[in-house]
Amino acid sequence: MNTSRMIRSRTTALATLAITALALTACSAGSLGSSEEGGSDAVTLNFLVDNADQTLKTAEQLGKDFTAKNPGITIKVETRPAGSEGDNIIKTRLSTGDMTDVFLYNTGSLFQAIAPKKNLVPVGDQPFAGALADNFKSTVTADGQVYGAPYGGFMGGAILYNKPLYAKLGLQVPKTWAEFMANNAKIKAAGVAPVIQTYGETWTSQLFVLGDFHNVSAAEPDFADKYTQNQAKYGTSPAARKGFEHLQQVHDLGYENKDFASAKMPDGLKLLAQGKGAHYPILSAVVSELVATYPAAAKDVGLFAIPGDDAAKNGLTVWSPGGVYIPTSTTGAKLDAAKKFLAFVASKEGCDSQAKAGAVTGPFAVKDCKLPTEVPQVVKDMQPYIDTEGASSLALEFLSPVKGPSLEQITVEVGSGIRKAAAGASLYDEDVKKQAQQLGLAGW
Amino acid sequence: MATTSIHTPAKTRTTVAGPDRGRLRSPYSTWFYLPAAIVYGVLFAIPTFASFYFSLTRWSIFESKFIGFGNFVTFFQEPALVKGFTNTLIYAVVTSGTKVVLGLLLAVLLTSQIVARGYLRSVVFFPVLVSTIGVGLTFTVLMNPERGLINSALSVIGIDGPGWLTDPKYALLSVAAVDVWKGVGLATLIYIAGIVSIPGEYLEAAKVDGASAWQSFRRIILPLARPATVTVIILSLIGGLRSFDLIWAMTRGGPGFTSDVIASVIYKQYQAGFYGLSTAGNVVLFVVVTAIVLPLSRFLNRKEVEL
Amino acid sequence: MSSTTALAGARPRKNHLLSVVAILVSIVVFVVPFAFIVLTAVKDRQQASLLDFSWPHQFQFVQNFVAVVEARDYMLIIAFINSTILTVASVAGMVVLAAMAAFVLQRKASRWNGLVHFLVLSGLIIPPAVVPTIWVLQRLGLFRTMPGLILVEIAFGLSFCILLFRAFVATIPRELDEAAIIDGAGPIRLFFKVIFPLLRSVIVTVVVVQSVVVFNDFVNPLYFLPGDKNATVQLTLYNFSSQFTTQYNLLFMNILLITIPPLVMFLFFNRQIVAGMTAGAVKG
Repeated sequence: MNTSRMIRSRTTALATLAITALALTACSAGSLGSSEEGGSDAVTLNFLVDNADQTLKTAEQLGKDFTAKNPGITIKVETRPAGSEGDNIIKTRLSTGDMTDVFLYNTGSLFQAIAPKKNLVPVGDQPFAGALADNFKSTVTADGQVYGAPYGGFMGGAILYNKPLYAKLGLQVPKTWAEFMANNAKIKAAGVAPVIQTYGETWTSQLFVLGDFHNVSAAEPDFADKYTQNQAKYGTSPAARKGFEHLQQVHDLGYENKDFASAKMPDGLKLLAQGKGAHYPILSAVVSELVATYPAAAKDVGLFAIPGDDAAKNGLTVWSPGGVYIPTSTTGAKLDAAKKFLAFVASKEGCDSQAKAGAVTGPFAVKDCKLPTEVPQVVKDMQPYIDTEGASSLALEFLSPVKGPSLEQITVEVGSGIRKAAAGASLYDEDVKKQAQQLGLAGW
Repeated sequence: MATTSIHTPAKTRTTVAGPDRGRLRSPYSTWFYLPAAIVYGVLFAIPTFASFYFSLTRWSIFESKFIGFGNFVTFFQEPALVKGFTNTLIYAVVTSGTKVVLGLLLAVLLTSQIVARGYLRSVVFFPVLVSTIGVGLTFTVLMNPERGLINSALSVIGIDGPGWLTDPKYALLSVAAVDVWKGVGLATLIYIAGIVSIPGEYLEAAKVDGASAWQSFRRIILPLARPATVTVIILSLIGGLRSFDLIWAMTRGGPGFTSDVIASVIYKQYQAGFYGLSTAGNVVLFVVVTAIVLPLSRFLNRKEVEL
Repeated sequence: MSSTTALAGARPRKNHLLSVVAILVSIVVFVVPFAFIVLTAVKDRQQASLLDFSWPHQFQFVQNFVAVVEARDYMLIIAFINSTILTVASVAGMVVLAAMAAFVLQRKASRWNGLVHFLVLSGLIIPPAVVPTIWVLQRLGLFRTMPGLILVEIAFGLSFCILLFRAFVATIPRELDEAAIIDGAGPIRLFFKVIFPLLRSVIVTVVVVQSVVVFNDFVNPLYFLPGDKNATVQLTLYNFSSQFTTQYNLLFMNILLITIPPLVMFLFFNRQIVAGMTAGAVKG
């Protein structure tokens, strides 16, 4: 009796002990894996990037080449989800002060939303800042300070098209929306899906709206400023509403691929590469995945800007590359190393390193950098727009801090016939209002 | 935190539990509530109270600003958010209603004399234990409109299946159907427990009196399984109103906003950094759940007493 | 409808027609989805992308298994370790804290009882306020930490456990307490040495039920423990689903792997789960 009680009490005590021990050591396994830093000279920089395959490859290549040049500094790549989940992680990690030593994030409005002045180390005084393309520099500038180094090249928000199909049907690259729709009619008659849409990944639905911005600003040059001040709206500006209307037209005429509602981006690329779909409005950044999966597409797939009403004013809407930033939580030797890393990313060697990883999606944002001689047709087709004065402009999100979070759901609705274009545009204005109020902008 | 709350009993052991004092004091120390109360209070009660204040603010991660009822106005003005509100009610009613009916029928079946009863019980119950995300992803594939198994099977018998998750007419109901598939096992189990506890003599007697199967179901099983019905309704209503993970794994509220529920709206606002609006959504959900579940459970339990 | 006819003919002998129908329906509705998971998990990439219900051309179990485990720097292994720590620690915490509270709640009549009951029921009904909880965790320095998430799981699971424990404590005769007190036991010894061991069967129930709940939890890790380093198995699966958009064989291998722990649980504790869930649900 006594002994059994003893044993029992001992097991209880053991259990309590075990629980306490567990609670004490209840750290996550992630920390088990990370190796501690070595000697006093060695510095390890953690580098947070999004988990897209190409981003990861580029980050690792950059890390390798940087360490080769700067022995003693190693780059350890960490990943996060892309999209709004990733935005959230960036914001919370910054606010809790446990951001990695350097990190990759968007430029433009999303960059403005992470309170750069409070959270980031300015790098405008570094020599490399002078070599940045002005278009890029403006998208990583807040309160007159420059904060980031460019990661990858400029991208076009445009229509990728299947060239052999165009040749077969005797079509010309359209300069106006009417020509584009005429082409679509012929393509449909030939039994091919004219416009590829992939709403299984909702972000891909936004291009007709976001990629139309060059045409919007050609028609209303002060749209971006007025938009920021709550004076111009998608619902009321005829030029801005066009993007939503185009999306609705494409759906109403049955120009989308049959499985547009469930297809994902890889499905879209497949249709495009195999000529089962003619046009895919998308960011030119997908070209690296396209070429990796379908090598022939390097020649067969071309690009043209989203056509507008006026052929003379048609031009390309351009996305600025992502930026590499240093959070204020990075200090001491790590800060020095981080600055060196940013300088490397924004140098000629950095561009070469990125090109080696296969990330060439458009012109680099560093003045000394040249594109390699062999680039996919899509990138070649972008060049004339960029070289011609007034044939390209930055997307709205790089000119105004205001961008609503629900645009992709709204464009899915408009492109699926659930909501009409005008209603979609007004709904987006409401969505934008929330963001502007959250940022505390004047006039909202 | 973890260590202090778990250490508390150990500390009190040395100070309070002398043999002499034990006899004088009540053996049921109120201090036993303390560890649970601290964890519950700090991580559940305080946030719940704080949510009432924060729902009235415009709140970014760095600061909050009082704006009155602006968030609630936004919440009920925006069609997308109102859609989430009605969808939540539809979803909860459909899933809990279906679970009651199917659960009861399955329980009657699985308590009757049939072959392979053990297998059937296990197979109906097992999905309850499987990860909701896993189930959601699996059914997303099965419901693929072009290549999915469900539509391929339907085309064999000449039916052109719809886009279960991509057609706004069906998206919410398709997710609800999967919810029922996953959750009906629990309802069945609760009903089985209720039916098994009905004394066998009642059914025997009814049979002797010449009652038909329908009559004994209607007059004996249904009323006596009432406590089980109450439990199933309340549990599945709470679950349905708060439901998030299955919807998020299958449609993320899409296409567009057509299958959004309050919980997914809360998450989207949180992701977008609209913490005040997100918390206002939480308060709305809180009010909806309480306003539906409390009176309903009072009502159902009172009726039970009357019987 | 068909099930009611079962009652009529049921008593004397088994209804074979109904049984056959029931078994066939159960195979189509419940077995096929699981078979689909298993089959797709062992296919090669091309065949898996067809999404059809067919026999694999070639079995790639080992290859797919290794690919999933190695993906993203052995993320799945880290996730399994994290999920295990999370489940064990939070369930252990729930059991101890809830049993203590339920014991006093059932035994001692005091002015606190009404309040405690109210709080317990609130905990069952009220949806947790997410962002304010994050705010509190940040203040405590516990946001994005495993201990923080463990405490959150405990806080959200307490109500259910207290209800189960209270119902069971009521069946333990008070005379036992009195005998122990006469033996000179204080409150702590009374509870941990006399009562706690007697709660064994309900503890098994709570452990089994709550382990399944915590292991399968997606929402709380999503909100309170974001980041790759801390991934739990459910979050990992969710993230893989966007990464493996074209590799359905790997996605389903992942689903298969995280279904194994609940399956094992089910095989070992089938009876307790059934007994416990019904007892808890009907009484609670």
